[in-house]
Amino acid sequence: MGASGLEILINVIKMVAIFLLMVQLVPILVWVERRGSAFIQNRYGPNRVGPLGLTQLLADAVKFLFKEEFRPPKSIAFLYYAAPVVAIIPGALAFGAIPLSAPFTLELGGEIVHFNFQSFQLGIGIVFVLGISSLGAYALLFAGWGSGNKYSLMGALRASAQMISYELALGLSIVGILLIYGTFSFHEMITAQQGPLRFMLMGQPVVVDFLPNWGIFYQPLGFILFFAATFAETNRAPFDLPEAEAELVAGYHTEYGGLKMLMFYIGEYGHMMVASALLVTFFFGGWDLPFGSEGIREAIGSSFLYSLVMHLVFMGKVLFFLWVFIWVRWTLPRFRYDQLMDLGWKTMLPWALFNTVATAAIVVLFNSQGGLS
Amino acid sequence: MEAIVPILVLTLIVATFGSLLVYVSSILGPKKHYTKAKYMAYECGLPGEESEKSTVSVRYYLTAILFIVFDIEILFMFPWALTYKEFIASGHGAYIFWVMFVFIALFLFGLIWEVKSKALEWD
Repeated sequence: MGASGLEILINVIKMVAIFLLMVQLVPILVWVERRGSAFIQNRYGPNRVGPLGLTQLLADAVKFLFKEEFRPPKSIAFLYYAAPVVAIIPGALAFGAIPLSAPFTLELGGEIVHFNFQSFQLGIGIVFVLGISSLGAYALLFAGWGSGNKYSLMGALRASAQMISYELALGLSIVGILLIYGTFSFHEMITAQQGPLRFMLMGQPVVVDFLPNWGIFYQPLGFILFFAATFAETNRAPFDLPEAEAELVAGYHTEYGGLKMLMFYIGEYGHMMVASALLVTFFFGGWDLPFGSEGIREAIGSSFLYSLVMHLVFMGKVLFFLWVFIWVRWTLPRFRYDQLMDLGWKTMLPWALFNTVATAAIVVLFNSQGGLS
Repeated sequence: MEAIVPILVLTLIVATFGSLLVYVSSILGPKKHYTKAKYMAYECGLPGEESEKSTVSVRYYLTAILFIVFDIEILFMFPWALTYKEFIASGHGAYIFWVMFVFIALFLFGLIWEVKSKALEWD
């Protein structure tokens, strides 16, 4: 096996490792969610199995393994079994396209080979992630239609209408970021966010030393719109109408149990991880550690170790946003359906349009001599 | 075409993983035993009266049609946003802004017309 064979092997290992990283974060997040909700509601939560209840989810997973396999007779077999599998694919693919840390080089058989800290590098990364993650609606539709249950069907219908409505605001809120950075590539976007805040004002460069060069300072409104839209896209409270447990039992996964239900959880938390990683990449500098990246790179030397350290920085930011997702879920009440659709179509879409026009005008005014005439 | 290979490989890995999870509980789980209540659709505890195939009035199809129109309009903005700074650098900043401004005005007109025609009422 030559150097190219080793390279392929490392790429496949990397791919599997990133997928497993996503899957193994799910039990930790479920634990954080249960303990966090208990903390917010002034109760204990799971605290008996292992220290702080940390092995509770391991016990749950083993319990799931030994549950009876059951398919309701009125369900459509293919759709019923396909739905959980389809649920985890979009999240895993989208998560694989996001760079989780700085690229690194390894020496293989005398050759220096360049690797990216992601499953696959695409020039059109942002469009790919948006397109793939919206396929998550299919899993919900499969589950809702295939279960042969009215609650599931209602949940699936709500989910599809909600996801397509908020996808408009989501897509439009990214246009502002694209105007600023002019690239679809995550790598170029993160590279552009390094260093102190600097921009052109009337053709003159301005540098603000005490702030990092992060997207949120250019796109505060875009950040709010994107953040709100991701809650609807991931079907999380306050937009969790597809599985509103007080109205629809459990929505689209009412008829699922055991490992199949666990896979819907993996899908949901996978989407949350993708959303957090996108938020971090667009608005919070990706793996960039403000005022420290260069110092760490010089102190460590090895590009692989540097990449690992920067990965921890990235995951720290992602975990913060995952906690915000959980925090919001247990703080805000659920929307009513017409309020949800009104918010998406009549409030967020016009604001996203305004954000696009305002960003475009400001970029022209600040960067060119002629202005808008 | 080479870029698509890792995507297909990852899809295959994830699909295999998922199918295994679905399959493994059918081996490890206990044997099925039949009870009448278990095999009914999970609803409210009482025997279900209406068939699950009965039709419901779904207004969401209109939302879906509107979504396609607006989503394509938004997709047109992506290449515009991508090349925006290049146009500014070559001195055509005002031109590229006003061209898209007309497009966005039409978009906004469409949205207002939609709201006025009560296509976005949820009752």
